Amino acid sequence: MRLDIRWPIGGLFTITGALLVIYGLVSDPAIYEKSLGINVNLWWGVVLLVFGLAMLVLAFQSRSQA
Amino acid sequence: MLGIGWALRRVIKSSDDFFLSGRSIPAWIAGLAFISANLGAQEVIGMGASGAKYGIMTSHFYWVGAMPAMVFVGLFMMPFYYGSRARSVPEYLKLRFDEKTRGLNAITFAIMTVFSSGISMYALAKLLELVLGWSFHGSIILTGVIVLIYIFLGGLTSAIYNEVLQFFLIVLGFLPLVLLGLKDVGGWSGLTAKLSVVATNAGFQPGAWTHSWKYMDSPTHNPMGIEWFGLVMGLGFAMSFGYWCTDFLVVQRAMAAGSMTAARRTPLIAAVPKMFMPLLVILPGMLAIGMHATRGGFLPIGADGQPNYNLAIPMLLAHYLPTGLLGLGLTALMASFMSGMAGNVTAFNTVWTYDIYQTFIKPGQSDSHYLRMGHAATVFGILASVVAAYAATRFNNINDILQLVFSFVNGPLFATFLLGMFWRRTTGHAAFVGLLAGTFTAALHYGLTIPHGATPGIHGGFLGATLHTYPSEMALNFWTALFAWTSCFVTTLVISLFTKRTKTDEELRGLVYSLTPRIQEGAMPWYKRPVTLAVGILVVSAILNVIFW
Repeated sequence: MRLDIRWPIGGLFTITGALLVIYGLVSDPAIYEKSLGINVNLWWGVVLLVFGLAMLVLAFQSRSQA
Repeated sequence: MLGIGWALRRVIKSSDDFFLSGRSIPAWIAGLAFISANLGAQEVIGMGASGAKYGIMTSHFYWVGAMPAMVFVGLFMMPFYYGSRARSVPEYLKLRFDEKTRGLNAITFAIMTVFSSGISMYALAKLLELVLGWSFHGSIILTGVIVLIYIFLGGLTSAIYNEVLQFFLIVLGFLPLVLLGLKDVGGWSGLTAKLSVVATNAGFQPGAWTHSWKYMDSPTHNPMGIEWFGLVMGLGFAMSFGYWCTDFLVVQRAMAAGSMTAARRTPLIAAVPKMFMPLLVILPGMLAIGMHATRGGFLPIGADGQPNYNLAIPMLLAHYLPTGLLGLGLTALMASFMSGMAGNVTAFNTVWTYDIYQTFIKPGQSDSHYLRMGHAATVFGILASVVAAYAATRFNNINDILQLVFSFVNGPLFATFLLGMFWRRTTGHAAFVGLLAGTFTAALHYGLTIPHGATPGIHGGFLGATLHTYPSEMALNFWTALFAWTSCFVTTLVISLFTKRTKTDEELRGLVYSLTPRIQEGAMPWYKRPVTLAVGILVVSAILNVIFW
């Protein structure tokens, strides 16, 4: 069976997003001075996580249909 | 973070039994591979640099250049490419014309790939120098070695697959940068205020960096130094159509599609995200130059006293992104450099080995002989790229040198294709001489004109006499392309009338418009038809042009 490209994309961004969220929660707030005081690791991590999971869900759905 | 990116890319690369012929995967994925083939380092760094140097006028590369050209490829060119079953652009030329036309195109294409990969190499070395503090020379050597290993390990077996992944990496890695930058300067209105300082410092009207058409009445009124005619004909017509219609690297992606309709839809689908790329690549350049002018010395100054525009995006990354997200941004950039370079070097070795060496130098050898030749060509291609990388250090905007190369190669080639595909009378001799004339005209024009403020040499004007001084490098490129296109078109047309046809109508079936049966679209809902998609794309591009007028 051909591998659906959404699996690796989903996997990559889910893992990256999760790591960024964790790092955003534990990192020293001082490093966010350069990003205008916004904890971009946490917030963008959430965005990536949602995107990654959405890809995985779509890939899973099309597999169960097939 | 860098390590994770690489490790995952490794895993993905090792499983090579996937492909995206559009059956198990939505069609938009094939389209993404199409633009990813072009969304390399050159696009990201080069368009960012142009955004800084020329402002919002850089968007013409998208909304005047790429959009109509991609629509044209999808609607009119794809039927011939796909229908002829040619595997490469030089091969199409062989089928349509003859071996010598193919050979000539293969040679110019090989030179072009070397330049492209050299430019990627330069950009990556510059990034390593900036971020990690390595020496530029050391970085160049290291980059060359890494690319060599990458290709020998078969890193391109899943090129299309990687490209789609890379597309998402670049979009998701750069978007936070743009959002933070815009927030920092106070949105579009804040950016406009900052860029009016840039414009007045350079002696232009305050809106010169934020209006794409308004100041194009005269070349002296805008930073790109071009008026509307030169832009529309040079960039919009000769260069963009030339690039999107004849660039093998890009067109090949669509040729891999599952059916004729899918092949035609690929460039059209690709045009949709492409339309919004300026937001991601030009806007950061504009942000960087705005900050450079108002917050003092944001960009390093090069030897020529001008800011080094190429560093606009890398500097912005380092400025806004904290540890963590910075890793994602850098991974995205590096991935695009690597695969951009590897793609070009591989294309170089394919064209050299099959279209030049096997055809003209040593036909009829064993497969292993050609394989060895391919390896040797890879090493040679990388060495030549190093030379090109040093040539690129002489330009403060890599997009200038890149478009220069395109103006030499793709400008004339597009004239050959237009005549070849739509006029069955076009002969092989005419195509060959026309291409030569086009490239020669480009060289002559480049040798006799010079951009403002440059010394004769690599920037043009090397033939001694300077007949005309253009306000910018880009203006010179546009006119070079237009001259090359016109001379190729006229030469091919005239010589065709005086030479005998060598191919019969039967041989040209599927290669020339009038001899190709009309495509039957079959029963398809109207919204899925290529034509509907094409019209939609053109309408939205027109709206975008009006918004940023």
